[in-house]
Amino acid sequence: MLNPELKLNEKMFDGQVEQIPIRKGFGEGLLAAGEKDMRVVTLCADLTESAQAIFFKEKFPQRFIELGVAEQNMASVASGLAAMGKIPFITSYAMFSPGRNWEQIRTTICYNNRKVVIAGSHAGISVGPDGGTHQAIEDFAITRVMPRMVVLSPCDALEAKRATEVAALTDTPVYIRLAREKTPFMTTKKTPFAVGLAQLFWESKSPKVGIIATGALVYQALLAAKELKEKDIDVTVMNLSTIKPLDTEAIVSLAKKAERIVTVEEHQQNGGMGSAVAECLAKHFPVPMEFVGVDDQFGQSGTQEELLKHYGLDKEAIIKAVKKISKR
Amino acid sequence: MELTDEKIKKLKGKANDIRVSLIEALLAAGSGHTAGPLDMADIFAVLFFHTLVHNPKKPDWPERDRLVLSNGHICPVLYSAMAHAGYFPLEELKTLRKFGSRLQGHPHRDFLPMLETSSGPLGSGLSQAVGMALADKIDHGLTASRRIYALLSDGELECGQTWEAAMLGGKEKLHNLTAVIDRNNIQIDGYTEDVMPLEALSDKWRAWNWHVIEIDGHNMAEIADAFEAAKGIFEKPTVIIAHTIAGKGVKEFERDYRWHGKPPNAQEAAMALSELRTLGGKIKSEHQ
Repeated sequence: MLNPELKLNEKMFDGQVEQIPIRKGFGEGLLAAGEKDMRVVTLCADLTESAQAIFFKEKFPQRFIELGVAEQNMASVASGLAAMGKIPFITSYAMFSPGRNWEQIRTTICYNNRKVVIAGSHAGISVGPDGGTHQAIEDFAITRVMPRMVVLSPCDALEAKRATEVAALTDTPVYIRLAREKTPFMTTKKTPFAVGLAQLFWESKSPKVGIIATGALVYQALLAAKELKEKDIDVTVMNLSTIKPLDTEAIVSLAKKAERIVTVEEHQQNGGMGSAVAECLAKHFPVPMEFVGVDDQFGQSGTQEELLKHYGLDKEAIIKAVKKISKR
Repeated sequence: MELTDEKIKKLKGKANDIRVSLIEALLAAGSGHTAGPLDMADIFAVLFFHTLVHNPKKPDWPERDRLVLSNGHICPVLYSAMAHAGYFPLEELKTLRKFGSRLQGHPHRDFLPMLETSSGPLGSGLSQAVGMALADKIDHGLTASRRIYALLSDGELECGQTWEAAMLGGKEKLHNLTAVIDRNNIQIDGYTEDVMPLEALSDKWRAWNWHVIEIDGHNMAEIADAFEAAKGIFEKPTVIIAHTIAGKGVKEFERDYRWHGKPPNAQEAAMALSELRTLGGKIKSEHQ
């Protein structure tokens, strides 16, 4: 059942549940952060509207910088702004930032110890029709490997807004992964959020499998949990919205209780959130694992639904993974 | 600040001291870059002992000018100039590139927090300086008076990011930003015009809305005047193209690209130090 302590959206399984894109929550959070703190500045590389920097730009034109299609420059200019006490947010598609500008983020932001927030929109394959070039499914791997970087992956627009506001107050560089497509509201304004805090969205007294999901796919994991419950298979679903630093205690505790873990992410299986969980459990409490994620392939054009099904990331794939691991 | 003949003489002495110390540091390190540090010694002497608004006793003084070294591999000249200016003891120069040293092979702020930036990978320094200048411009508009200096090599102009930064600097009319290009015409693989021609260099910067000043990078008066003139340019950033002789100060090293990335051995260092300490044979007893 849904964890009552977290004040989640009780209507999330209704057919008419409200859905908005995760990136919209970022846009609102950025505006709120800008209103709270004059030091917040926003940089954009020719994607102001789709990367959701538009609200900030309209309200604070003096603190908005348009750099044109130049993501490498954007990362390093942000480093310079941070050196002078500003709190820069750099906004683009995840494929280009932190994709194209990885070395600039490593050297001029992380190595330099400059606090910059990197917002990567249109992450995951659910970007859909734009095709594989625009589907960032390697971003967790390349960001979580950098010292000092905090990696956030909110599950819905409300959590994205909270994560964005908190990112502005964090001392370290932060990467926030955002998705383009509409996502049902799972959280409410009363749901707690903190960097490094993993939350059990769906609880069972004696779970056979622990599902750890991140981003919009948390919803698919919850749908899977609900369906499995109807078949008397009890699972627990954890929303892991901070990929780094990992909530080791919560992950180990879940592994001890469920003794089997399935990870779910819109990312390559190699190097992603599942890998991070596997690294953690291999050190502290090894248990059998299954990885729901893209299996060493690039994406392609299609609808969100078609692509989630094709690459094995939807509810059905999660149920299949749970059944498979139950036999191990 | 007025540049008297006496001051010029003093700056020349400082440049020589900086060269001597960086050769000693490279010899102790056993690896590192020689040509660039030598040819930038005159510009560093003017910056640290004449132009920069800074306080070596209070390196984190908020009002200081900002100096961004983009081509981190010439850090022996930065470290040497900083030590002579009093940022840290001269003896520390001999720890260059050694384990645990504050003087990392390429500058790193974790080890030496008084550095404005960590650098090494080429082509990103101008972007950071543009960001710093933008921050002041956001706060103070056209009245922003603090200077941001970016020191670049000519070889790194081959990096596309430099031109992304140049475009933004021109677009934002960053009058508070001065870039200096060490136009020594060499890089690791050879002479720049063989590796990847950069000319017509000044036209390229003008095209991005920069004010261009070309100088003899070893003429103290020209260097100081160019920095001063840049302060009077309104609504444009300034780039100073400093024509330098690679390896300047040690005849045997000059103009030879093979000195880009290697240190002198004991014999070569002894020869170089003797040449520097006698000011190229102008004085008989070695100047210490």
